[in-house]
Amino acid sequence: MADQKPKRIALIASKGSLDMAYPPLILATTAVAMDMEAGIFFTFYGLDIVNKHKYQNLKVAPLANPAAPMPIPNIIGVLPGMTMMATAMMNNWMGKANVASISTLLDNCRKFGVRMIACQMTMDVMGVKKEDLIEGVEVGGAATYLDYAVDANISLFV
Amino acid sequence: MSVTPDKTIDCKGLSCPEPILRAKMGINELKSGQVLELIATDPGSINDMAAWSKRTGNPILESKQDGGVFHFLVKKS
Repeated sequence: MADQKPKRIALIASKGSLDMAYPPLILATTAVAMDMEAGIFFTFYGLDIVNKHKYQNLKVAPLANPAAPMPIPNIIGVLPGMTMMATAMMNNWMGKANVASISTLLDNCRKFGVRMIACQMTMDVMGVKKEDLIEGVEVGGAATYLDYAVDANISLFV
Repeated sequence: MSVTPDKTIDCKGLSCPEPILRAKMGINELKSGQVLELIATDPGSINDMAAWSKRTGNPILESKQDGGVFHFLVKKS
């Protein structure tokens, strides 16, 4: 095998809904399994994915999502309880398809050495402290992400 | 041509990316030259294993399908 710098993927996770939490975690862990380096920068709502009080309760809303597998008219989607129902449905489908839970994916990220960076600015804006973050997450800003991403072969914004 | 694997990992019923993660963990436990057998039911695993094999440099010796079950024999390079 040629001795060359490993390929790198840099991801930005900016969304905190259940459906949008999966892509960065799955891509990062798969990349490391393929002998690449992976790093995820959690910013804005994406910070919830690494917030120990939030990551197990990520939700998805049926509202204004015409691509939802179970299309629910928006006028129904605004009703209380609909988000909870949509979240339960999604969790159910994920479970049936044997997709790992967010919790398991985060464990895998740690186990496989995915670099996880929490956005300092988002933490300040939303009042999140280092103690609120799960294990294995470092804190940084845009410069930290950019420094990592400039050497990345793949850079994705989720 | 059938090689006896040194290690078998059963990923039946597991979806992406589990089979690939397990392939990586499994191959890490082998010595160079040893063979890993991975069994999966995820249809995407055919392309995934090919891509993984290419990226990690561990050749796939055999890849066969038995109904909905896929068997891969990978040699650790």
